[in-house]
Amino acid sequence: MDVLPRWAEVVLVPLISLVLALALSMIVIAAIGEDPFNALKIMANAALGSTQGIGYTLYYATNFIFTGLAVAVAFHARLFNIGGEGQAMLGGLGVATVCLYLPLPHWTIALVVATLASAVFGAAWAAIPAYLQARRGSHIVITTIMFNFIAAGLLIYILREVMKPEGSMEPASQKFAESTHLPSFFDMAQLFGWEAFASAPANITFFVALAACYVIWRLIWHTRLGYEIRALGHSETAAKYAGIDPVKLTMIALLISGGLAGMMAINNVLGEAERLVLNATEGAGFIGIAVALMGRNHPVGIIIAAILFGMLYQGGAVLAQDTKIPVQMVIVIQALVIMFTGALDNMVRAPLERFFLSTRKRA
Amino acid sequence: MNVTSIAPAIELKGISKAFGPVQANKDISIRVMPGTIHGIIGENGAGKSTLMSILYGFYKADKGEIFIGGQKTTIPDSQAAIAAGIGMVFQHFKLVENFTVLENIVLGAEDSGLLKPSLKRARAELKSLADEYGLNVEPDAVIEDIGVGMQQRVEILKALYRKADILILDEPTGVLTPAEADQLFRILGRLKEEGKTIILITHKLREIMDITDTVSVMRRGEMTATVKTVDTSPPELAELMVGRKVLLQVDKKPAEPGEVILDVKDLNVTDDKGVHRVKGISFQVRAGEILGIAGVAGNGQSELLEVLGGYENGTGTITVSGEEIDLTGAHSDGQSRRARGIAHVPEDRQREGLIMDYAAWENTAFGYHHDPKYQRGILMDNAAIKQDTEEKMGRFDVRPPDPKLAAKNFSGGNQQKIVLAREIERNPDLLLIGQPTRGVDIGAIEFIHQQIVALRDQGKAILLVSVELEEILSLSDRIAVMFDGRIMGERMPDATDEKELGLLMAGMTKGAA
Repeated sequence: MDVLPRWAEVVLVPLISLVLALALSMIVIAAIGEDPFNALKIMANAALGSTQGIGYTLYYATNFIFTGLAVAVAFHARLFNIGGEGQAMLGGLGVATVCLYLPLPHWTIALVVATLASAVFGAAWAAIPAYLQARRGSHIVITTIMFNFIAAGLLIYILREVMKPEGSMEPASQKFAESTHLPSFFDMAQLFGWEAFASAPANITFFVALAACYVIWRLIWHTRLGYEIRALGHSETAAKYAGIDPVKLTMIALLISGGLAGMMAINNVLGEAERLVLNATEGAGFIGIAVALMGRNHPVGIIIAAILFGMLYQGGAVLAQDTKIPVQMVIVIQALVIMFTGALDNMVRAPLERFFLSTRKRA
Repeated sequence: MNVTSIAPAIELKGISKAFGPVQANKDISIRVMPGTIHGIIGENGAGKSTLMSILYGFYKADKGEIFIGGQKTTIPDSQAAIAAGIGMVFQHFKLVENFTVLENIVLGAEDSGLLKPSLKRARAELKSLADEYGLNVEPDAVIEDIGVGMQQRVEILKALYRKADILILDEPTGVLTPAEADQLFRILGRLKEEGKTIILITHKLREIMDITDTVSVMRRGEMTATVKTVDTSPPELAELMVGRKVLLQVDKKPAEPGEVILDVKDLNVTDDKGVHRVKGISFQVRAGEILGIAGVAGNGQSELLEVLGGYENGTGTITVSGEEIDLTGAHSDGQSRRARGIAHVPEDRQREGLIMDYAAWENTAFGYHHDPKYQRGILMDNAAIKQDTEEKMGRFDVRPPDPKLAAKNFSGGNQQKIVLAREIERNPDLLLIGQPTRGVDIGAIEFIHQQIVALRDQGKAILLVSVELEEILSLSDRIAVMFDGRIMGERMPDATDEKELGLLMAGMTKGAA
């Protein structure tokens, strides 16, 4: 019998973790002589106080949904894909390649082609560690981490030597054609005559991310492939008994995972920057791990966790801007939230389980 | 002898322990006198292991008191249990495989930071223990090189080395040949004569009858009876365990073997580590008969089932209903085997036959998840699978009949019924079934045996692998004995007995065969 009721498992555990992380953050802020309640207010206001703030929050959330889904799909096969960062970088390269070198007359075409390219590039980057894991037993955690570094190096090379326009000093590609511009929330709001989301980077990719969540939910819980992926994750010996090929399934799960991580590039490269710049992923690949953990590897949980981390990113950025709290401290706060919601799960769960056991005994 | 003047070696008074809503132990009281062997018998989940875990300090009782040698004692952890003179021999040995016997015995009981003096002292101590109790072991042998019988003796010596006066043995004969089991019982008899107290946890009625002085029966967390062994009988104990009368013998008609369904010729299997597991065996199974493969675990039976089930490679020829099946390559997997009418109830349902975290309905489709009747377009038809599961649960009396409950939350017997229902209802030509009643309670054993015989009577071929000789003898129409990857001989069940099979299982052919 499961000790915790489902609602406690899904809602209460992450919520308590979050409150603990925030409490600790506030102590840290107080310790450096700033007003913690004011800081919290600034963060909340920055993330949710205006349509512009919301536009930023949802932009970050879109990135985190893709990388969170990537981690989750691999995790259902008990594979820990730490390489979302590198796969997202390669996804960006895929987007830039099609947008710079193919004629894309309309944003709808650009969106479809860029989505495919980002997924293919991301999956291809995951394919080598996947093959090494499936066939050679090289640990996926080690290989994907290393592939993040290789991806970063590769991007520096390409941006400096291949994609940089002549005469430019900046290691970045030239801007994509105007026709590839994805509708931003600002553009979409204007269609309805609503002046909102001014200069916020959130764009139509957010809805692509939501669609990806639905597809992954269907895939994992309602298709044979998802059934086999989960079976492999739970027990490889049982999977073999049932006639499921672990090598094939490991490859497929990691290719899907890499593809999802790569798809993040539609948002940050095509949707926001509209060109390829260095370090475009800004660590979103790693945040995806925390998002997947907090979201219990379920698409709905991932959406919620991604929005939460989006708020934290946006709030943190403004906090560093508007107060004397140094930007490093903001990173500490973000790290605390990641640590509490991601890694210290059992610290909250164990006492909670005891509490639920004691209430049940009395009943 | 005036019994009241001697304090019991162990006395438990009113022990209760709950895990959430489950009352694992309810007001348990027992007294075990020194120098006796006390049996504790009960079905899986009856609370035997919980009780022993409390005694060994793994769990803390919610209520109740423990007296050791008349002294009230609290046992917060296993260190305290050892200090109180309690030694435990677990079902799964806790030995370091690449350490020697001596190193394993000393491990955790070293005299000081330096190892040499401890080992020296232990060597001398071991010799005197071996002489005293007839527990012969080779101190410098490495654990992974010695047999299970010997490993078990190391576990017992470990406990004695730590000055245990009370030995608890949890299902000690599960991995032993009958001869090894007899040897173990002789050792236990010797320990008893020397004044040690022994608690034997088992589900085998015969062991209880053979060796114990007193026996306690547990059912659903309660101690339903404690009796002198001489005053009871196997049917009475079975009834006390299950709560109703149980048929201990399988009721079956003589077999009517038909055409050959499974024909194995010169099968060889070498495992991943390069060990030659199955060495050129050949046999046939006909329609309407049960071929029982007896043998101690680890003599190639598992690999035989794995090759037939499609998840281990082999060489040789295997035909099913006259058609050869692939033993390697792309068409040698579970899916291909199922398509050929082979159903498989694997030996280890928790690691192979079921996904423990999957709900019962998901497990019902396991291995058959490509079946068109479970599909709806590109999606799986989860509703249809649930419906099918509910019906199967009804026919196989799975309790609770809840398709949404995870497999891990069913008892061993009900888990096995879920697997059986899935495999038998496929109407296979050939059923492979390994350890059908391992870890299954007596009540369910009866039902499972009836299902196997019923399938045979429908004219299906059945290959039964079991380490339980009683089961082999009562179910099989023919018996083959495996030892060291070979078939030592075939016998008819009514023309043989446990003794002869036991010799074959140990590799001795008496010049016959």
